[in-house]
Amino acid sequence: MIGRAALAAAALLLAAFLISPDSFAPLLEPLTRRGAPAVYTQTSLWSLTVSHLALVAGAIAASAVIAVGLGVLVTRDSGRDFLPLARMVTAVGQTFPPVAVLALAVPVLGFGDWPTLLALFLYGLLPIFENTLAGLTTLPPQVVEAARGMGMTPAQRLWRVELPLALPVILSGVRLSAVIALSTAAIGSTVAAHTLGEVIIAGLLSSNAAFVVQGGAVIATLALLIDAGFRAAESAARSRAGF
Amino acid sequence: MSAAPRISRQGLLFALIGLAGLALPLVQLRPNRIVPGEPLSLPASLGWPGWALAVPLAAALLALLPARLPPWAGLALGLTGALLSVLALGWAATALIAPDAPLARVSPAAGFWLLLLAFALAAADALARLAPPVAWRWGLLLGTVLAGAAILSSGVLGDISVMREYQSRHDVFWREAGRHLLLAFGSLGLALATGLPLGVLVHQVPRLRGAVLGALNAVQTVPSLAMFGIMIPLFGWIAATVPGAAAAGVAGIGAFPALVALFLYSLLPVVSNMAVGLASVPPPVAEAAAGLGMTRAQRLWRVELPLALPVVLAAVRIVLVQNIGLTVIAGLIGGGGFGAFVFQGLNQTAMDLVLLGALPTIALALVAGVALGLLTAQAGGAPLERTAPA
Repeated sequence: MIGRAALAAAALLLAAFLISPDSFAPLLEPLTRRGAPAVYTQTSLWSLTVSHLALVAGAIAASAVIAVGLGVLVTRDSGRDFLPLARMVTAVGQTFPPVAVLALAVPVLGFGDWPTLLALFLYGLLPIFENTLAGLTTLPPQVVEAARGMGMTPAQRLWRVELPLALPVILSGVRLSAVIALSTAAIGSTVAAHTLGEVIIAGLLSSNAAFVVQGGAVIATLALLIDAGFRAAESAARSRAGF
Repeated sequence: MSAAPRISRQGLLFALIGLAGLALPLVQLRPNRIVPGEPLSLPASLGWPGWALAVPLAAALLALLPARLPPWAGLALGLTGALLSVLALGWAATALIAPDAPLARVSPAAGFWLLLLAFALAAADALARLAPPVAWRWGLLLGTVLAGAAILSSGVLGDISVMREYQSRHDVFWREAGRHLLLAFGSLGLALATGLPLGVLVHQVPRLRGAVLGALNAVQTVPSLAMFGIMIPLFGWIAATVPGAAAAGVAGIGAFPALVALFLYSLLPVVSNMAVGLASVPPPVAEAAAGLGMTRAQRLWRVELPLALPVVLAAVRIVLVQNIGLTVIAGLIGGGGFGAFVFQGLNQTAMDLVLLGALPTIALALVAGVALGLLTAQAGGAPLERTAPA
């Protein structure tokens, strides 16, 4: 949707801001009032960005492994009994608001990074699982038949035919989960997770618009870049699969 | 193992989850709302009537096992079991709260949630197999909502900690509930009022398509916390500098910034589904309408819009479910709604208060999602029947 040049510029700007936030102070100065600081310095923005991304990456990697594994299980002959239930649970589960999932994780795990990680993991499962099901159940039947006719074992069919063909759809599920997780992780700072949400919350508490804008801009840029990265991976997988 | 199994594997899974739930503590008894408590099982909290409840619950779980169990029986077992679990929770709380310890709290523990999960999964599995007609599903939804309302208003659950939180602030609760609905539905209404015409425009002027959808897509990637946060200084500034804006209701605090943030998130699904719905009208249908001498406006109103309706309803479902959830974040910026309880509870580490905000939000989102799913299913069949004679 957005040109590559604009994305590259956004990435450069983001890197420059994270490496040397102080040099952007004059830009943010007009947003402050009564001599409030223009740049968040409580914790380094760089370390917040790293821990924000680490939370998202850890949770979504775990979701992807489990969700794709479950998706494969319920589409095998031995697991097909669970398919109608699995479809219904994902449809209903996705109406659960991510914020509510986060809030419900706190009584179980207390405050800190863990409830956020659990909520991101749980919520990340559903889009990936749904897309894995979509990818594995809509394969062209003649391709699957051809693989069977060539004498491939079920495991070979799965790894060499079904999963590569379903990969673009699975990746778009991972993209959806990752973008939602990036946004939900920011809310995680209300339960004391170390994420960029901390900057926004600090801005809200001290009515400092500069903090809100810089925290929001960093997360939004990260979201755009991650979205574009996954889209590129999807089209690479699509052309490899021969679509 | 080639013979057909006598035991259904889903049934085995539900029974194992449910029996684990029966074995684990049903409730937590705490001296007051903040401190950790003592876990108690169903028989431990109710005495011999607890056994009288545990036995039928276990029997219902074991009854889910046979592979030949008809789906309607599975549905009945699931619904009855869920109802019985909720009643057991309420009775256990009433039995445990001593009249001389008014601060004591009884909250549901892991055992209760697992029991409820087991029966809900059994009901969901049966429902997926039954695939009942839409009218039945409406009946089931309505029945579930009415049963829930009846249980809540009967006072059976009155001694559970979440209901204690409710009793101590029921005026505020209904005010925030109204605010939550106003924000979720108000932003949806605004998005439909502007997004549907915009969708028609995008469909009729394809040059605009990339720019409009690209911009709305970028809006969608802005994290919710940042979106709500940025609205406050932005509208505070507009209210202070643009003459007449403050008088027109624009403000940096309260519900207004939350409403605008929700509205912006709602635009993409509405505009893109309107455009997709119009684009999916089969060309022969559009040509036939033109051949009948219909004007462009008549074609849009009488042929293309009715055919696009199911896709637009799907967008309404996405937006409503999404907004009911996102409205929680309004609580963080003083916009009200159930989020006010969630964040207040997190600040006070009062988990009962968090639940008072989170549970109604989840219930609202579920009901809205199911109801609009049913509406979409109905609309999906209707236009075809109407066009068939033509």
